Amino acid sequence: MNLQQGERRDVPAAQNHEALFALKSEGFNMLVDLTCVDYLPQKKSPRFDVIYRLMRFDPVDGKDLGRVEVHCAVGSEPVLRSVRDLWPVADWLEREVWDMYGVRFADRPAIERLLMYEEFVGHPLRKDYPIGKRQPLIGPKSGDKADSPSFNILKPTVTGE
Amino acid sequence: MKDTTQKTFMLNMGPQHPAMHGVVHLILELEGERIVSSKAEIGYLHRAFEKHAETETWNNVVPWTDRLNYVSPLINNVGYVAAVEKLAGIEVPERGQYIRVIACEISRITDHLTCLGASAMELGSFTVFLYMIKAREYLYQIVDNLTGARITTNFTRVGGVKGDLPPDFSAKFAVAASQVREVLRDCDKLLTKNRIFMDRVEGTGIISKEDAVAYGITGPFLRSTGIPYDVRRAHPYLVYDRFDFEIPVGSTGDNYDRYLVRMAEIEQSLRIIEQALAQIPQGKHSLEPAEIKYAYELEDMGKNGDTELISKYAAKVDQTLEGMGKETHGSVRAPNRWATLPAKENTYTNIEGLMNHFELVMWSWGVKIPSGESYSAVEGANGELGFHIVSDGHDGPYRVRCRPPCLFIMAALPKMLDGAMIADVIPTFGSVNMIAGELDR
Repeated sequence: MNLQQGERRDVPAAQNHEALFALKSEGFNMLVDLTCVDYLPQKKSPRFDVIYRLMRFDPVDGKDLGRVEVHCAVGSEPVLRSVRDLWPVADWLEREVWDMYGVRFADRPAIERLLMYEEFVGHPLRKDYPIGKRQPLIGPKSGDKADSPSFNILKPTVTGE
Repeated sequence: MKDTTQKTFMLNMGPQHPAMHGVVHLILELEGERIVSSKAEIGYLHRAFEKHAETETWNNVVPWTDRLNYVSPLINNVGYVAAVEKLAGIEVPERGQYIRVIACEISRITDHLTCLGASAMELGSFTVFLYMIKAREYLYQIVDNLTGARITTNFTRVGGVKGDLPPDFSAKFAVAASQVREVLRDCDKLLTKNRIFMDRVEGTGIISKEDAVAYGITGPFLRSTGIPYDVRRAHPYLVYDRFDFEIPVGSTGDNYDRYLVRMAEIEQSLRIIEQALAQIPQGKHSLEPAEIKYAYELEDMGKNGDTELISKYAAKVDQTLEGMGKETHGSVRAPNRWATLPAKENTYTNIEGLMNHFELVMWSWGVKIPSGESYSAVEGANGELGFHIVSDGHDGPYRVRCRPPCLFIMAALPKMLDGAMIADVIPTFGSVNMIAGELDR
């Protein structure tokens, strides 16, 4: 078994906070990572898989006593609850997940983007966000006006996707 | 009457500021010179690493990882391919693993030297900066010798590394190591007991053990609080369990402790490399010069029909990549044909090697990693550098998530700054060792 990855646990999105709180009380005291995967092309429903990676960490002698990864399947509607109260670093990580995927968290409606800028339109790591898309502030590549038909149309790539 | 006098004022440090290592924006609320509250704004160097990775093939992501933490690119190279290999179940030959360890530790030293040198410069010690950058340059020469580039190394491949150690690598490294140690002795004398330096770093930027754990902080930053967590010890990847090294820890978690921890880690990394060079299994890697010919000479032999003769020679393919001229790929790359690129001398001299190579680099053929998910972490220079990889069975990643260690430290930055003086921002931010390329990806 991959010890760095830990055991996989699937949790219903509506109960993420309870499940993570229970794990934290069990001794999983460090939130190692929080990320998301978009399964749109694989037609999974709901499309997103939010992953919380926890470590049972011994702060005395710095031993890793075991890891667990908690998967929550969600759509873009706010079902997940924020875990900022359990791990303060979740604040930034949730902002990143929202920024990149548009996954919202129920108890933080006014969430800020982390990596992209305020005026950015869309969520870039979604599978339906074209990699060559240009943003309003950047402007069209060819000098076209933003409302011209050729604006924001992705050129075919080498792979033909 | 409503009191309209404002007692605090806002100060923007950055996005461009001489003491910010890279482009980052700190918004400080000040009362006189005391920081009441602070906020960090990041993302100025976002280059869509994760999005780009989804459009690349497995091996083509490796050059992108150079640009994550550009002060220690080799650790990123190793971290990424380790996650891919874990998913695919590929075992790298021992010699390849030793070379990866050597590469990682050289990178860790260059990273620490840069961090310490730059912080020292910002605190007024320009001499130390020049000395440390000089020492880093000695090591960059070694990296250049090993990989063909100083920073954009692109050294690992799925299943191994690009090439073997160049000739006389041990001797060259021994010279560099003694030069680095000399610089460290000088810098130690200049800084460690220097009143001006200690006044700035001692007792500033303190973070408690509890906060460090709550924020998921790892690496030298966590160790400065006294917790000896190191991925190399907790999960001995590669061959790290075979080396004798210590994990230096601090006690109070202030800037001075972080300085001491980094200084001590450089020495430990040097020790690891020396042990690795002593232990490294000797593959068939010491060919006589008479056994090596240029690839075009071998090609001419083939055209003349001397196919029997070709197999007696190794091909020298590129003068700049010294390690590649030797017939040693068997000992540095995994012996499989479905994921590991064949040795260049095979690619250039026989049809099987050529076809093998071609099928592995052709669009939509390539290396097909079985579908699944894997997470793998290595000890980066700033802490746990993790890669979470999802494959759907195609020739490129479905999703690559990089866990950047300094994001977690940056998230905790207000904890260290609030209540401090504005002058403390400089040493504290310096000791965070924020690398924008890794933070913003």
